[in-house]
Amino acid sequence: MDLSLTAEQLEIRRLVRDFAEREVKPRAEGIDHADEFPRDLIAKAAQLGLLGMVVPEAYGGAGLDHVAFAIFVEEVARYSASTAGILDVHGSVGTEPIVLFGNEEQKRRWLPDLATGKKLAAFALTEPEAGSDAAHLKTVATRRNGGYVLNGTKIFITNAGEAQLYVVMATTRPGAGAEGISTFLVAGDSPGLKVGPRFKKMGLNGSAIAEVHLEDCAVGETDRLGDEGQGFRIAMRALDSGRIGISAQAIGLAQGALDDAIAYARERKQFGRPIAELQTIQNKIADMTVKVRAARWMTWKAAALCDAGQPFTKDASMAKLFATDAAMDITLDALQVFGGYGYLEDYPMARRVRDAKACQIYEGTNQVQRVVIARELVRA
Amino acid sequence: MDFSLNDEQRQIQETVHDLCLERVEPRAPEIDESGEFPWDIKELFAKHDILAIPFTPEYGGVSGSALTLVIAVEEISKFCVTSSLILSVQSLGSLPIWLAGSETQKRHYLPPLARGEQLAAYALTEPGSGSDAGGMRTRAIKHGNTYVINGSKTFITGGSVADTLVVFARTDQDGDTPARNISAFIVEKTMPGFKVGKLEKKLGIRGSPTAQLFFEDLAVPAANRLGNEGEGFKLAMRVLDHSRPGIAAQALGIAEGAFDLARRYARDRRQFGKPIAEFQGIQFMLADMATQIEAARALTYAAGDALDRQLPEISVSSSMAKLFASDTAMRVTTDAVQILGGYGYLRDFPAERMMRDAKITQIYEGTNEIQRFVIAREVFKEKA
Repeated sequence: MDLSLTAEQLEIRRLVRDFAEREVKPRAEGIDHADEFPRDLIAKAAQLGLLGMVVPEAYGGAGLDHVAFAIFVEEVARYSASTAGILDVHGSVGTEPIVLFGNEEQKRRWLPDLATGKKLAAFALTEPEAGSDAAHLKTVATRRNGGYVLNGTKIFITNAGEAQLYVVMATTRPGAGAEGISTFLVAGDSPGLKVGPRFKKMGLNGSAIAEVHLEDCAVGETDRLGDEGQGFRIAMRALDSGRIGISAQAIGLAQGALDDAIAYARERKQFGRPIAELQTIQNKIADMTVKVRAARWMTWKAAALCDAGQPFTKDASMAKLFATDAAMDITLDALQVFGGYGYLEDYPMARRVRDAKACQIYEGTNQVQRVVIARELVRA
Repeated sequence: MDFSLNDEQRQIQETVHDLCLERVEPRAPEIDESGEFPWDIKELFAKHDILAIPFTPEYGGVSGSALTLVIAVEEISKFCVTSSLILSVQSLGSLPIWLAGSETQKRHYLPPLARGEQLAAYALTEPGSGSDAGGMRTRAIKHGNTYVINGSKTFITGGSVADTLVVFARTDQDGDTPARNISAFIVEKTMPGFKVGKLEKKLGIRGSPTAQLFFEDLAVPAANRLGNEGEGFKLAMRVLDHSRPGIAAQALGIAEGAFDLARRYARDRRQFGKPIAEFQGIQFMLADMATQIEAARALTYAAGDALDRQLPEISVSSSMAKLFASDTAMRVTTDAVQILGGYGYLRDFPAERMMRDAKITQIYEGTNEIQRFVIAREVFKEKA
């Protein structure tokens, strides 16, 4: 057992922490209030080489591991969970399917641009009628002229309208369920790909989430990722490592909330002394600290197993479930420590509560995580 | 980052698991029912070098790694918490000697403990001094080369079966004011003036004797003092930093044992024409139990690893592991009883025993309220 971070991981943490404090922190409130997609921050992150973290160096990436990726997402999410979410979706479910399942030509075509941030990626699985039950999606890919034509509607697509690449799951055998699904790499400027208006949401403001409509959208045979019928497995594998990123996002939210609560409790005086000296506040802070720590270990464990090439589905689901529930609890508790001030949008506490809720829902609701975990448990 | 166990740890884990499955699990209900200290299990553990795990080879042991000890305690606790306490208390009682003893003291006292020929205990708590060590009344007064100790201790795990005990006593002369000067002494049960009082009747861990101890003009050679006068309180706290991951491991083991039982039962038990494991209400309970256990394990192993690597955050990581794992054990065992339904409530099944045993892990070696206090203090300190 070696639970220490490597020199490289520590260096990434130093680099990203500096980036987050210098660039993300001052912009976070503005991004939320204006609901503005933070292109400037994405560009700055790209300059630092943070958009291709798990892309191999041979394809222009940093060739780092998932522990480093989790650290990156956490540090950004401490200040802006929506910015972290954009970067996470791009680097994880948007890019990794190509790293894992792409042929040489697909890798050469997409990865260098994704790794340098010239292009942004999105992942399109969910549909209006196929949420947790993703195997029954309806978007259809029909063979035509040696390629395919895609028709259907995707919903809740992060980076919609901003991305230049959509990793789209569609069925090539309608009615065949999971066995019929294939994955396609669809360029953002493809005729027939239309993005709906950006949703107004409870939180994660700044993150572009919308419907994506595919209307006779033509793609080539060479745009199919993996084999026909392999798409569901590709999607599930992408979501397994995607959950590491969501866990890290939740941990960042929780750690940011905890740090602010600690600072506030030390300064805020009531009954003649800092509220940090009241046991009820101390108990809250202690429980919050323990939960963040446990969530981080679980996330790093899932990441380390992934990097070691070992099964990590159950660990990633447990980390996602635990970390996002912890983030919800902790952001609410931190708001409570701030009292009335926490309820004001002048402080980041309210925003973190709004942002944390999304983490319990997307990339598999926490109810779906429990289904995944229970399945693995009963199988064991 | 690597969360896997090394070969030594895996081997000890397997050995302990197999031994406990075969020899300890069948004894667990009897030990609970009779409330008697299981001398046969103690002999079994001594014979298989399990009691030697807390000690390094130079003092007759086989490991000395905190993480390895955590893993052994976890395995035993899956089957019988009372039995795990034999190992935990052997470690707890010898830790002060290991941490603060002179070379002579270590060479004299540790090898018989490592061989399991003798048992150790740790005597800190008093009727008026639980979480607050300042209330200590037991007093040691120096006369020449001897300390004369008078007073009493309570809640001493293994106090009635131990041969070698580390006793904390105040060495100040300040009457009944809060104790300022506390020292630690190695006491042998054969020393005149050492008396065992009544054994407590308890909710759980019934085969682990919890004793009152009385010291009546107990004469202890000055050579048996651990460290300098006045260093006892700091030593007591350091010992607890080292021992709390062991309580976390115990709690983790109980939770895992209860979870395994609930999972097996849910697969076998049929209602409405199918195993209850196929109902989402049960599945989600099992998923939450397993996730909490995974979180507890991460914190517990990390605390063991922090001790082995001597990281500066030992105190807070130990407290976190103890707090979270013991709260997890309480929740998981309660849910396990629930999944077993009416059968869970019966003495015929081990679920209710596990639930009773789990409760103590939230209380001893610092109540969970004290752990929160320790954690908050550290958090507010480090961010200042």
